[in-house]
Amino acid sequence: MDLESLYQEIILDHYKNPRGKGLREPFQAEVHHVNPTCGDEITLRVEIEDGAVADVSYDGMGCSISQASASVLFEQLVGQRIGQGMATFDEFLALMQGRGTVEPDEDILGDAVAFAGVAKYPARVKCALLAWMAWKDAVAQAVASTPEASA
Amino acid sequence: MTVLHQPVAGLLDFEAVAADFPILARTVRGGNRLVYLDSGATSQKPTAVLDAERSFYTRHNAAVHRGAHLLAEEATDAYEHARQRIADLVGAQPRELVFTKNATEAINLVSYSFSNATAKAQHGRALPDGAERFVLRPGDEIVVTEMEHHANLVPWQEVADKTGAVLRWIGVTEEGRLDLDHPEHGLSVINERTRVVALTHQSNVLGTVTPVGLVAEAAHAVGALVVLDACQSVPHMPVDVEALGADYVAFSGHKMLGPSGIGVLWGRYELLESMPPFLTGGSMIEVVRMEGSTFAPPPQRFEAGVPMAAQAVGLGAAVDYLEGLRSADGALSGMAAVASHEHALTQYALESLTEVPGVRVVGPLDAEARGSAVSFVVDGIHAHDVGQVLDDRGVEVRVGHHCAWPLHRRFGVAATARATFYVYNGPSDVDDLVAAVRHAQSFFGVA
Repeated sequence: MDLESLYQEIILDHYKNPRGKGLREPFQAEVHHVNPTCGDEITLRVEIEDGAVADVSYDGMGCSISQASASVLFEQLVGQRIGQGMATFDEFLALMQGRGTVEPDEDILGDAVAFAGVAKYPARVKCALLAWMAWKDAVAQAVASTPEASA
Repeated sequence: MTVLHQPVAGLLDFEAVAADFPILARTVRGGNRLVYLDSGATSQKPTAVLDAERSFYTRHNAAVHRGAHLLAEEATDAYEHARQRIADLVGAQPRELVFTKNATEAINLVSYSFSNATAKAQHGRALPDGAERFVLRPGDEIVVTEMEHHANLVPWQEVADKTGAVLRWIGVTEEGRLDLDHPEHGLSVINERTRVVALTHQSNVLGTVTPVGLVAEAAHAVGALVVLDACQSVPHMPVDVEALGADYVAFSGHKMLGPSGIGVLWGRYELLESMPPFLTGGSMIEVVRMEGSTFAPPPQRFEAGVPMAAQAVGLGAAVDYLEGLRSADGALSGMAAVASHEHALTQYALESLTEVPGVRVVGPLDAEARGSAVSFVVDGIHAHDVGQVLDDRGVEVRVGHHCAWPLHRRFGVAATARATFYVYNGPSDVDDLVAAVRHAQSFFGVA
């Protein structure tokens, strides 16, 4: 029942076969985020080129939700313009904080719509957001360090 | 597979006990029976405790230790009677027992005595007689253990930062006991520079009961004070604070069937007397002038403001409830019956969980000198995911680092799932736990 809506096949697939995992060069910013309640952590790097997200690489440990969300983030955000990536981030954040009342927009979120069920479990929302918050932080740092990157 | 037999000896009449806890009758996700295995975080409350709190409010409510009207007298009597009941439970004098908001505050009360005394001494300000032993200087040392809950670790890190003292610690063996013989992180970290030794009585993760007497002897031999975190022992076993050998013992009300919002600090009276105040304000004073104030004797010195009277009364009722318990065979009563019940369940849980391939218990596998916290990892499944599947079947356990992050790092795991048992749990709860763990393995395809 609810367990299947939380752990959708897409999530389990990303968990077992993470896309883009591992730290890579080059990168303009690297951040390390932790979830203090459970100890999950992620190290995430971003490379911005010509105002677009050229690469996101990451490593860390955590539950299926946090690992799968990092993998989905990689698929969804690499290649997007920064502004578009931020819009995707906002859409994902709204979905996660919606307690199950927000209708996800698949055109914007892609595979990330699979996390809709997580929003019904407030204790797991932070797991799903770990990589995304790290990404936003890293992009902000990358943009600040290379002003021309935000073009 | 070995056929395990549910324990019969040493148990409480747990079904009758559970009937006293209204919350245990509710159902949870999917209409499942609630299998509450998180009493190590907080216990459920029997009707007797809820009624005691309600009756305080409906009959006697007033601000205690102030005012002279009838209700103030009754409220003060109820509050002080509760102190007496709790003192009796742990073999203490009531005047040695301070009410705090929780055990964390109780430990901070002691840790702040050190940093406050140190700050006052540095400025040549007045201190109570005997307060020199709370004044720390650079080079002084504080000893903790690697299995501490953050509540008995972080306050000491802060004291070290504020005073220049050095924090040292006793390590943990692979089995999950204090590594007293370790060359660098053994009992020998206690030396003539040691001023405080802070340790847990029973690990909230491993279940390990520590050799307090042995550690206290080493501490006292060099003149150090011993601060004991008894949050996981006082609710679960007979504890006599005088016999333990510690100088301070902290525990919380909500983990022993009492309400939230009340904790207890026991301290030797001569020590409490020589400590500067912690939280200051009303009712902890002796004389107040614009130029400065003097302070009431303990325990009032450490109970600033209008205290949590209803919660104290509720905790007193919890003590009555615990002391009224009898083992099903009638052989044991009170905390001895509680300890026996938990021992039988712990043994059964350890045997049952270790039967499951891919499950590893973090902590002693032997139920001797061990309480009921059973933490475990399931190969291939993160603890959060284990907990989620268990929760889906009504089995409520704790997942994460359980406020003992360094200990988890010691065992190389980010998180564990933890089951803890109490007076209302029975062997079938263990069976439900194990069945749910097997279900998690099949759900995630690792079995």
